[in-house]
Amino acid sequence: MRRLEHIGLLALPGLTFLAVIFALPLFMLLLKSFQIDGQFSLEEYRLFFTDEYNMSVLWRTLRVAALTTILALLIAYPTAIAMSRANGIWLSIFLVAMVLPMSVGVVVKAFAWSIIFRTRGVLNDILLSLGIVDTPIRMLFTETALIIGAANVFLPFMVLPIYAVLRQMDSRLPEAAASLGATPVFRFFNVTLPLSLPGVVAGCAFVFSLAVSMYVIPSLIVGERQQTLSMLTARSFLYLRNEALGATISSILLIIAISVVLGSSWLANRLGSRS
Amino acid sequence: MTGTDRLFLAISWAIGLCCVVFLMLPIVITVAASFTSSSVYTLPPPEWSLRWYRSLQERSGLWEAVTLSLNLAVVSTAISLVLGTLAAVAVARGRFRGREAIATFTVSPLMMPGLVVGVALLQFFREIGLRDAYWSLLLGHIVITLPFVMRTLLASMSAFDFSLVDAARTLGLSYPKAILEVLVPNLAPAYLTGGLFAFLASMDNYPISIFLTDARNKTLPIKMLQYLEEQPDPSLAAMSSGLILMAVIALVVGARTVGLNRMIQG
Repeated sequence: MRRLEHIGLLALPGLTFLAVIFALPLFMLLLKSFQIDGQFSLEEYRLFFTDEYNMSVLWRTLRVAALTTILALLIAYPTAIAMSRANGIWLSIFLVAMVLPMSVGVVVKAFAWSIIFRTRGVLNDILLSLGIVDTPIRMLFTETALIIGAANVFLPFMVLPIYAVLRQMDSRLPEAAASLGATPVFRFFNVTLPLSLPGVVAGCAFVFSLAVSMYVIPSLIVGERQQTLSMLTARSFLYLRNEALGATISSILLIIAISVVLGSSWLANRLGSRS
Repeated sequence: MTGTDRLFLAISWAIGLCCVVFLMLPIVITVAASFTSSSVYTLPPPEWSLRWYRSLQERSGLWEAVTLSLNLAVVSTAISLVLGTLAAVAVARGRFRGREAIATFTVSPLMMPGLVVGVALLQFFREIGLRDAYWSLLLGHIVITLPFVMRTLLASMSAFDFSLVDAARTLGLSYPKAILEVLVPNLAPAYLTGGLFAFLASMDNYPISIFLTDARNKTLPIKMLQYLEEQPDPSLAAMSSGLILMAVIALVVGARTVGLNRMIQG
């Protein structure tokens, strides 16, 4: 059929759109961050990386993202195991608990966590009435609160990829290992865990890149006191009018995001070829 | 199953159930807090009341923000569905190199930090002289919605039997007609889930929109964060509950028509 050779042209409108309105602007942003007055220069990066405050923000951003990913993984893995064994009404409950929060916006959830963590808020009321604490403790504006809130928002993106691989896994494999005398602990570390690693990698990459660049959650839970890279970017554009700094930080965020994508797909490929 | 196996599984179930509670917590708290009679957030509320829902009428600019957000979400999702159908047919049906690359590229905005895309668009639109906030927002929101649509359409078209389209063509339908009358109805579930998630992502977007608004065109999330700074009373919980209701409706529609299991296979 002659048609089939031309069918590729159907992709052109969408591709042109994304090339012009997505890829080109990002490329220009990246290019601009390496230029001063049209000349190639690393000066903006040197300024950024030699500034102690900026470095503390960079480390905080990476630390919060890493801890959020770890917390999400610790909750998500057992949940995905339980989910992969669930059927009927229980499976529906798990699925609703994943899909509904994903459909509710980040603004709504971040706002809810700011109510929960408030000094005269929900969590302190509970702790006081149970007699666990005598006076309300400060939770809002702490890094712990931020990590808990962020893990909550990104949790479905960790559970679902792990659930998908566990569900596909042949359940006879661990049974076969058991019949050969493997202990439960040995079976977990040598059969189930290695087979589920592609899901773990996908989930971690997704949650980490979302957490590095989150903006709404930290602005509502920790506010201006503890800046992250995203908040610093937004500030430098919207309030400080320091666009050079903003462009540099955006490019750093972009480079982190691209490395996470490339790194995780490399890792997924290696895991895929091994098993 | 040995005792250790059972213990493993029991722990998994315990953590899994805690996880369900943890995930639902912010939603439940928001809805409960919206029906309070008090002007601070205490739970349980001293008395149940609808006063914060009534107070929404007095919030200036709320209605404009809601209509702008709905407008952007509907128009950008519709455009994405058209662009996405064309591109996905090309990838599924074409015989040319680089189809994998096209698929990856069209889904890639999902993996890029929203704020960075917003900054890049701000500078780009300024460079080409696009000053109109509505058009800037609309173009930005197509970048948000297109990857959601592409992800589901690509997955479902790779499993679609295109000989149905060919059969329709031998029966005399033109190619566009065959796509519209055979392919689209057959892939209705994918259109529904892709469209729903795209719509919700557009409604919720803050990090891209914030760079593209002006004083007159503020989307709902931007307006909500502004209210939160100016006057953070429980009417915000009432607004949030409205958005939660919208998500519940989307979930029920999705679950009824395509099933929960297919909704998570983006």
